[in-house]
Amino acid sequence: MIEVSHLSKSFGDVKAVRDISFQMRDGEITGLLGPNGAGKTTTLRMLYSLLPPDQGTIRIDGMDPVTDALEIKRTLGVVPDSRGLYKRLTARENIAYYGELHGMGKARIQERIESLATTLNMQDFIDRRTDGFSQGQQVKVAIARAMVHGPQTVMLDEPSNGLDVMTTRALRRFILDLKGAGHSVVLSTHIMQEVAALCDRIIIIAKGRIAADGTQAELLERSGEQNIEEAFVKLIGSDEGLLA
Amino acid sequence: MKGLWTVFRKEVVENLRDRRAAFNSLLLGPILFPFLIIGMSYLSISKQEERAEETLELPVVGAEHAPNLLGFLEQQGVVILDAPEDPEQVVRDQASPLVLRIPPEFPEQWRAGEPALVEVIADPSRRESNIPMTRVKSMLAGYGQQIGAQRLQLRGVSPSLASPLVPKDVDLSTPQSRGALALIFLPYFLMITAFTGGMHLAIDSTAGEKERKSLEPLLLNPAPRWQIMTGKMVATAAFALASLMLTLLSFRLALPYMPTGALGFELELGLGMIGKLLLVVGPVAILAAALLTLLATFAKGFREAQSYMGLVIFIPMIPSLIFMSNPVKPEAWMMAIPMFSQNLLIAEFMRGELVPTAWLLIASGGTLVLGLLMAAFAATLFNRPKVIFGGG
Repeated sequence: MIEVSHLSKSFGDVKAVRDISFQMRDGEITGLLGPNGAGKTTTLRMLYSLLPPDQGTIRIDGMDPVTDALEIKRTLGVVPDSRGLYKRLTARENIAYYGELHGMGKARIQERIESLATTLNMQDFIDRRTDGFSQGQQVKVAIARAMVHGPQTVMLDEPSNGLDVMTTRALRRFILDLKGAGHSVVLSTHIMQEVAALCDRIIIIAKGRIAADGTQAELLERSGEQNIEEAFVKLIGSDEGLLA
Repeated sequence: MKGLWTVFRKEVVENLRDRRAAFNSLLLGPILFPFLIIGMSYLSISKQEERAEETLELPVVGAEHAPNLLGFLEQQGVVILDAPEDPEQVVRDQASPLVLRIPPEFPEQWRAGEPALVEVIADPSRRESNIPMTRVKSMLAGYGQQIGAQRLQLRGVSPSLASPLVPKDVDLSTPQSRGALALIFLPYFLMITAFTGGMHLAIDSTAGEKERKSLEPLLLNPAPRWQIMTGKMVATAAFALASLMLTLLSFRLALPYMPTGALGFELELGLGMIGKLLLVVGPVAILAAALLTLLATFAKGFREAQSYMGLVIFIPMIPSLIFMSNPVKPEAWMMAIPMFSQNLLIAEFMRGELVPTAWLLIASGGTLVLGLLMAAFAATLFNRPKVIFGGG
């Protein structure tokens, strides 16, 4: 459960995020949508405590990222856009490294790796060095790495970037399973089909503000459009930025 | 502290697997430096011996004016060559290292008992001409003394009256201290190694991590940031120390093969000496690890970090070069100058001198404290968003 109220952040003269408030609930997939430079990444960085907010408050399961940074990190699992794997380590070592940084015991880490390797279907390459991994293999390792400590809140940034159809479908099933298990899932993406297929609620950010916040049906109704892509363009108030 | 050791282990494993980097930081120095020192000294000693023993060929201008002198030179084994047309040009062209010119006034001056002029034409800035020049001059001086003594005797004067003073060398150098002279490069190599040993790891674990975009997810782990940073610094220091140890061991193995020539010294790097040297240079490795990590963290990527490193390497180089070219007598206050004090101490140890324990404490302790202060500052860097995201 994430609760954000009146959050603002500036970098010098640039107001990246201006007074935004929203909620992301457990057992739901929340889509975070917005053109490039809209403030999505800044918002996410404040959520996972890498950036301190200028104003406003954030509560994740009741904790404040500013004061309880270490505790919050235990409940978060983040799959960044750039996967950031270590090429000279094997997939298993990459995942175990994060497990150890979470303070988990060796046996528990291996247990989790086996279970994630089965779920994500990575047995074939789990003991290979990640240098030369395909996009699909990389994203699987990044997901397993983010999930090794069993986080309650999962944030995925452009998870299906560069994936083929089969891997994308598997990924979607995995995300739906997370939701079914009661996790709070945050999905930041550009792909409208993905939003339509997965998200229970959609938050659209444009120019640092919340342009819309509601279920898919609500957004379609409010914009008077037939599909989510047209609704998105209408709600952010222009079609620039989509191509940027 | 668990996070610190987790990061340390991962950085060490990852960098050992990078064969090129591991070779550069761990093996290049230990293989190259002893080879360099021994190779260079072998070359210079054999060249010197060769020059000192080879037949001296000497072109002489005006040979007809001093047949007795030339006879003496030939007796000494010199091969007299015909006069070149332009002796200065011959020397300038390096066709011959030196030419002897006997002016036409020579016989007149000689007979009158006046000092007779002979010219040795050479270019002393050409170092290869130094040895033949010295040989010819000492032969000329020997001939001059011989004739001088004969002239005095003819006049009934004891030649010893003309030598009122006899300077005598009382050589206090020991075989070990002469050996230390041959290893004057050792402090320089060790100081450089303390910096280069961990350089690649320092870049890879900070700027490299930023460039591969793995820094942001790494910092999402619930390990305190200072521990993550310190783990990286400890790994850097460990690589530098390993590189130092390998360098010293390879010197130990290689020194027996060093040509000592006519110098007459003994060279040995005992395990006790290696321990003492590590005690002196170890703190430098820690200081270097902190400094390198600090700088590389501010860089946005690998290349930018590498360009800083080109400058950082001057930090150990300059004090070592100053020490090599401008030797000073060690004093207690000099021990407070990091990088310089180590040069002095290594040289003293190598000479086999007893060094006051206080000096060792000031030098190693001072450098260590400076290194730890720098490390403490570096450990706070990951708290700055600008450093993590590279200003973006």
